[in-house]
Amino acid sequence: MAMNYNAKDEVDGGPPCASGGTAKNRRPDNTAFKQQRLPAWQPILTAGTVLPTFFIIGLIFIPIGIGIFVTSNNIREIEGNVFMYYGLSNFYQNHRRYVKSRDDSQLNGDVSALLNPSKECEPYRRNEDKPIAPCGAIANSMFNDTLELFLIGNESHPTPIPLKKKGIAWWTDKNVKFRNPPGGESLEERFKDTTKPVNWVKPVYMLDSEPDNNGFINEDFIVWMRTAALPTFRKLYRLIERKSDLHPTLPAGRYYLNITYNYPVHSFDGRKRMILSTISWMGGKNPFLGIAYITIGSISFLLGVVLLVINHKYRNSSNTADITI
Amino acid sequence: MTECLQWARYHWQRLMGSTHGEDDERPYSYSSLLACRGAPSRTPKLAAKHRVVIPHLWPFKDEYEKFSGTYVNNRIRTTKYTLLNFVPRNLFEQFHRAANLYFLFLAVLNWVPLVEAFQKEITMLPLVVVLTIIAIKDGLEDYRKYKIDKQINNLVTKVYSRKEKKYIDQCWKDVAVGDFIRLSCNEIIPADMVLLFSTDPDGICHIETSGLDGESNLKQRQVVRGYAEQDSEVDPEKFSSRIECESPNNDLNRFRGYLEHSNKERVGLSKENLLLRGCTVRNTEAVVGIVVYAGHETKAMLNNSGPRYKRSKLERRANTDVLWCVLLLLVMCLTGALGHGIWLGRYENIIFFNIPEPDGHVISPVLAGFYMFWTMIILLQVLIPISLYVSIEIVKLGQIYFIQSDVDFYHEKMDSTIQCRSLNITEDLGQIQYLFSDKTGTLTENKMVFRRCSVAGFDYCHEENAKRLESYQEAVSEDEDSADTPSGSLSNVTKPRTSSCRTVHNGPLGSKSLNHLAGSCLALGSGEGASEVPHSRQAAFSSPIETDVVPDTRLLDKFHQITPQLFAPIDEMIPNPPLDTLYVIDFFIALAICNTVVVSAPNQPRQKIGLSSLSGMPIKSLEEIKNLFQRLSVRRSSSPSLASGKEPSSGIPSAFVSRLSLFSRMKLASPVEEEVSQTSESPQGPSNSACPSETETQTSDADPTDSKVESSPAQPLASDLCYEAESPDEAALVYAARAYQCALRSRTPEQVVVDFAALGPLTFQLLHILPFDSVRKRMSVVVRHPLSNQVVVYTKGADSVIMELLSSPDGASLEKQQMIIREKTQQHLDDYAKRGLRTLCIAKKVMSDAEYTEWLRNHFLAETSIDHREELLLESAMRLENKLTLLGATGIEDRLQEGVPESVEALQKAGIKIWMLTGDKQETAVNIAYACKLLEPDDKLFILDAQSKDACEMLMSTMLKELQKKSPASPERASLREGLHQAPATQDSGLRAGLIITGKTLEFALQESLQRQFLELTACCQAVVCCRATPLQKSEVVKLVRNHLQVMTLAIGDGANDVSMIQVADIGIGISGQEGMQAVMASDFAISQFKHLSKLLLVHGHWCYTRLSNMILYFFYKNVAYVNLLFWYQFFCGFSGTSMTDYWILILFNLLFTSAPPVIYGVLEKDVSAETLMQLPELYKSGQKSEAYLPLTFWITLLDAFYQSLVCFFVPYCTYQGSDIDIFAFGNPLNTAALFIIILHLVIESNSLTWVHMLVIVGSILSYFFFALAFGAMCVTCNPPSNPYWIMQEHMLDPVFYLVCVLTTCVALLPRFIYRVLQGSLFPSPVLRAKHLDRLTPEERTKALKKWAEAGKMGQGTPTYADHSDATEKRTTSGPASVFAMMSASSCPVEQDDLSVLETALDSDCCETKASGMAGPPKG
Repeated sequence: MAMNYNAKDEVDGGPPCASGGTAKNRRPDNTAFKQQRLPAWQPILTAGTVLPTFFIIGLIFIPIGIGIFVTSNNIREIEGNVFMYYGLSNFYQNHRRYVKSRDDSQLNGDVSALLNPSKECEPYRRNEDKPIAPCGAIANSMFNDTLELFLIGNESHPTPIPLKKKGIAWWTDKNVKFRNPPGGESLEERFKDTTKPVNWVKPVYMLDSEPDNNGFINEDFIVWMRTAALPTFRKLYRLIERKSDLHPTLPAGRYYLNITYNYPVHSFDGRKRMILSTISWMGGKNPFLGIAYITIGSISFLLGVVLLVINHKYRNSSNTADITI
Repeated sequence: MTECLQWARYHWQRLMGSTHGEDDERPYSYSSLLACRGAPSRTPKLAAKHRVVIPHLWPFKDEYEKFSGTYVNNRIRTTKYTLLNFVPRNLFEQFHRAANLYFLFLAVLNWVPLVEAFQKEITMLPLVVVLTIIAIKDGLEDYRKYKIDKQINNLVTKVYSRKEKKYIDQCWKDVAVGDFIRLSCNEIIPADMVLLFSTDPDGICHIETSGLDGESNLKQRQVVRGYAEQDSEVDPEKFSSRIECESPNNDLNRFRGYLEHSNKERVGLSKENLLLRGCTVRNTEAVVGIVVYAGHETKAMLNNSGPRYKRSKLERRANTDVLWCVLLLLVMCLTGALGHGIWLGRYENIIFFNIPEPDGHVISPVLAGFYMFWTMIILLQVLIPISLYVSIEIVKLGQIYFIQSDVDFYHEKMDSTIQCRSLNITEDLGQIQYLFSDKTGTLTENKMVFRRCSVAGFDYCHEENAKRLESYQEAVSEDEDSADTPSGSLSNVTKPRTSSCRTVHNGPLGSKSLNHLAGSCLALGSGEGASEVPHSRQAAFSSPIETDVVPDTRLLDKFHQITPQLFAPIDEMIPNPPLDTLYVIDFFIALAICNTVVVSAPNQPRQKIGLSSLSGMPIKSLEEIKNLFQRLSVRRSSSPSLASGKEPSSGIPSAFVSRLSLFSRMKLASPVEEEVSQTSESPQGPSNSACPSETETQTSDADPTDSKVESSPAQPLASDLCYEAESPDEAALVYAARAYQCALRSRTPEQVVVDFAALGPLTFQLLHILPFDSVRKRMSVVVRHPLSNQVVVYTKGADSVIMELLSSPDGASLEKQQMIIREKTQQHLDDYAKRGLRTLCIAKKVMSDAEYTEWLRNHFLAETSIDHREELLLESAMRLENKLTLLGATGIEDRLQEGVPESVEALQKAGIKIWMLTGDKQETAVNIAYACKLLEPDDKLFILDAQSKDACEMLMSTMLKELQKKSPASPERASLREGLHQAPATQDSGLRAGLIITGKTLEFALQESLQRQFLELTACCQAVVCCRATPLQKSEVVKLVRNHLQVMTLAIGDGANDVSMIQVADIGIGISGQEGMQAVMASDFAISQFKHLSKLLLVHGHWCYTRLSNMILYFFYKNVAYVNLLFWYQFFCGFSGTSMTDYWILILFNLLFTSAPPVIYGVLEKDVSAETLMQLPELYKSGQKSEAYLPLTFWITLLDAFYQSLVCFFVPYCTYQGSDIDIFAFGNPLNTAALFIIILHLVIESNSLTWVHMLVIVGSILSYFFFALAFGAMCVTCNPPSNPYWIMQEHMLDPVFYLVCVLTTCVALLPRFIYRVLQGSLFPSPVLRAKHLDRLTPEERTKALKKWAEAGKMGQGTPTYADHSDATEKRTTSGPASVFAMMSASSCPVEQDDLSVLETALDSDCCETKASGMAGPPKG
């Protein structure tokens, strides 16, 4: 019987001293990654090491700031294209329920949305059993004063300044995002089953005489629909194009602004403004950015000096510092 | 709140888990080892704790149905889900997380039209993403389990089928309780079964249990009594008995029951008769058994507890801060609600701003304010970081992956590396304040080396052996490697199934699932066990250091005096042989046979070496035969009388008869062996003739047995024999005996053969073994001595126990002699203990046959009872083990593990208080403590050893006073907490004190009224050693310290007695050593050597803690900073809940664009390199004090977040004020700047940036721009009512956008940057200073490190000396007369004379009380 066991065990490799090759090795790989020895950038933040950073920031920021400041201050000159804005203050166009009270699909010319506007438009969704086009509170509260600018020259009757209605909205808005509903010859026909917003005087297809600036693609409307971020804002109203390089766009002189007052703001302590401005590469006039850059640049320069002192003192006080640390 | 709910969820989970196995997650409990714990029964008919097993054959069909039909079958299912219930159940479980519930609430809230802030679907997104990620993870894990279950269930085994009247192949899953199963060699046991037949003539079956408990030695199992005698295989058809046994429980070491034959005869069953599922049959051709427990009711499955669930300290801290965030959120929302109400009050009638409801009516400002509150909650929900929990889990997986792949944790010899069994407490490793360590096997190697012995009062100090050990130390690694490599291969006998389980092991996730799967793997047997359990073969085939013992020359001389002549006239007893020689013989025989060692030859399977070799021995001469017959006749006359004396005596239970029959069978077999032993005794014996020449070679040859055995080539060489012992102590003793040519040659249940040098092979009839247990602290064998033919009991046990059981023999001279021996032995024992040796006493007792018979009968009654069996067996053992005669004592050295002193030193430097909890004697423990540098020579040592509670209290108060005197800085200790805070002060002042406390005193100290005082005392001590502590005390100590001091505790141990301690501590670490896997199974981390602990704590603990705490803080910062942008905007939109960012970008910002960098940071951040952390353990203290994440840090972080958000909002605000910018165009620079701020903030906080960081950071930024551009280009009318169409494109062309972003980012980050710079140069933390070291060249580094160390010492140096001199002065004045045995030991441990004086005084005190029957009046 003993022999029997022997045979069996040999087959199975049972004896402990036999077959050493099958040993499994569970040693983890000795790679840099697994052993957490990846080469690494180990920044040590001390006065000495960051000194250059502060001086560099100072050196870069101050000129930028000055540049911005100068640009911003130069804006007042009425040269080149002049932009005419209307400004409203204390007007909360960013109120949540106001902001979402619109239907982009309808504005994009979707027929079904035109006739059945989104629920978000409530309570400016339907009027007298007809869908409102454009629906919603934003459209309903559209700014509808008209501003006209006249130059009072030497002559007795003032000459109107030509104000360009087109080109005040973003190109993508006018051409992609806002579209009139398809079908029909006239705009009126396309909007036939809809009604005008409650507050509006005229229906949407009568916003302008020019067909490519009428309906949903009316640029005044598009500009209004881009809701302002802050309660005091301005919106582009018209463009005053420069006619020639020789004459300023708006020559010096007395001007006359004719306002057709439709839009009440008193109830909410609002104010209306009209702004004429040119723009530079950095937009409208705003001194803040320039001043901020100059300030931060100076602070950082100053900090650099402070750190330099610290660094100097610290090195002197403990010369053996980097050894005993 | 969160914690509470998670706890509830966990418990619910466990409750749910119980549907398919109510016990599969039951944590291992030590109490089950100590006391029998009735497992809840699942059989309705037997609500009691018994189960009845009827054969699963149709003659018993009705009965079977009645009893066993309801037991579960062998199919296992460890999966939680099925295809059908996965979705509901997983969701159900996930929603038990408070955070998930919160987000569910938000999602639901958003469906209420009045408060809706976002689009309904969008708020669902984060929740859905998080739920999906976790569901996928759970699903994959479960699927893996399912696959393994399936594999196991479909394994094939041979089950008896009545139809075919033979054993047929069946799947494991179809095996039922009551089935007969036939297994061949090397097959895995499919279910727990009672062994009914073994092809082995002695009815033995060897099993390997490594898959179950990691113990690699073979265990013997025995066929049920009464079946062993049958020559033929047990026939299931004829089996008509029934088995009654206890209900399923998870105690691997216990099985109680009986087998009742049809004639009501009962046979006791014990664990010796039980084959456990998951074990492998070895060295036995075939076995047959009947299944008693199947499937989830098997002990292996019941022992399979799931992964451990713990909350780390850091997470608890984070949870409270989440609550702060909730509070902040509520405040912000209230502000919003109030603001909106007031704002609307002004414009109530302006329909521009107060847009009427669809039905035309206008809501009042108050109501609007109320609605706004909820809208705000939805809008600002991101403040509560949903991604935090997911990120933490991912980060921890990453951390565990790196811990597990650290090559430094790899232990070559055992081919094992660290196992992280607990996945969510890695960061706790960095905050440990108290470390509780076991001694044996944890600090020491648990390689028992025979060092000294004392026989009959003579000390044999084995100097040559000591020298060998010293010289061995240098070469130890190479030697052991070469010795172990080949043997290690055995455990790797490849099985086809192995690979499947191995694959699970790959990858970080794999390890997690493995923990779930432990049970399934176990069931697969040794192959799988090997993948989970790094078991070694060392226990089975010890390294040469343990096996080779160089004999002591003086002792050898004694051996030379032994000749067969001494015993030739033994019957007549005429000339008394020298008494000490007899002692020597008895002593070594006791060493060789008083154990449960299994003998095997490495080149041969374990087999009946004894029998086969005996048969090969020819009987030499007529004379011998004559001799033999003479002896036989003597015997025969005695044995029937023995039998007849018993049989009629009383109404003997039938089981007893069967035992007797076995007994007589042994008797019949014995003459043959007797004959052989006699042959060798005779002068003509071949071995004897070689004797003189051989003794000469002995002195020169370290292994002299070879020369002798060569003469009888049929026998395997004695030196080739391998001994497999349950404890290394035993093996050491057997190897020692072998060195003296008293080699254990074979062991069967009936007999033990010992090759005794001069006497040849002696065959002892093994009458009984009383195994070792921790209550008795001893074991005994009862044998019939071949020479004297007497019944002899050899007992081996702890000296304290044995000494109490001694009795003097009759006769004045003998008595006196015994007294002298006893005294001398006690001296030697004390000496051994002081040298750190483990001591054991060897004693014997001769019994008359009548006495033995009487005892045997009572013992049977105890064995066959089911109830109170333990108690009865204990009583029975007590009856046997008394009136012993002391033979001698042994001293075994347990060497310290490699690197232990260094590790202990480093950990102490790291501010961790180390307690050593051991069951060993005080002297041994103290010496090990010195050896491993737990105590230092000039430490002040307090020994707390009192006999009563009052004495203990007084002792402690005196010690406290003493200590407080030493540290005048702490005169008033009003409260315990204060006292604890003073503790570091005492450390700093350089006073190092150690406290030694004994188990008995510990009992008093742990009582309610003394706890505080005890803790106060220990708080003043650097190291505490608890000796003679029971496992229960160990856990109580840990519990006490943990709960009362509110500190982070870590317990480390290797044996079953450490399990409770490991479970109680915040972190339990198991050492996968030689004492089985129970400690590992209960642990959170399993390492293979103590020295690995220092890297685990100092490096990985530190890293994990700083990484995770910084990441959590960063998450809070990130969310607050970002959400506040929205909040500030509310001031400009009438608190109407408008968001200036598109909802998609808002949601994805947290979920996508800024989620990866912090996770990478949490996994890869490295503030200081591993080398520096190891060299400067002091750096660990920052984690202990939670410096990286203090409440203050949290608030500073929030403050910074507020500042940054203010900057991030108001810089663009001022820039765009009064312009025609629209909402989303205003939000875009805000968002972009916030992204840069948040990511660059992380860069500032990072200490090391690798390419992975760069990749992720750049990837995050690019993904943001890509998304914004793509979304802006394609989304014309999508996402109603409004979308950021073409805004990013416009801005990308606008220089102001860039200018704003750059300015905002710089201004926002400036303060933190400045703070870090100033911190770095003006008041650097130790960690920061250490970071500088990493940049130095190696030479500079070593120099700097030296300086650092000196600076550290300088801080403490002066007071140390002062205090020390003070201390020594104190001692000289108070002197050793100190009643409370309070002493400061300043001398070297080995020759602490003053210490020993005091200790003996104390010990005698202790002994006296013990002798007078415990609890004498306290002395002093």
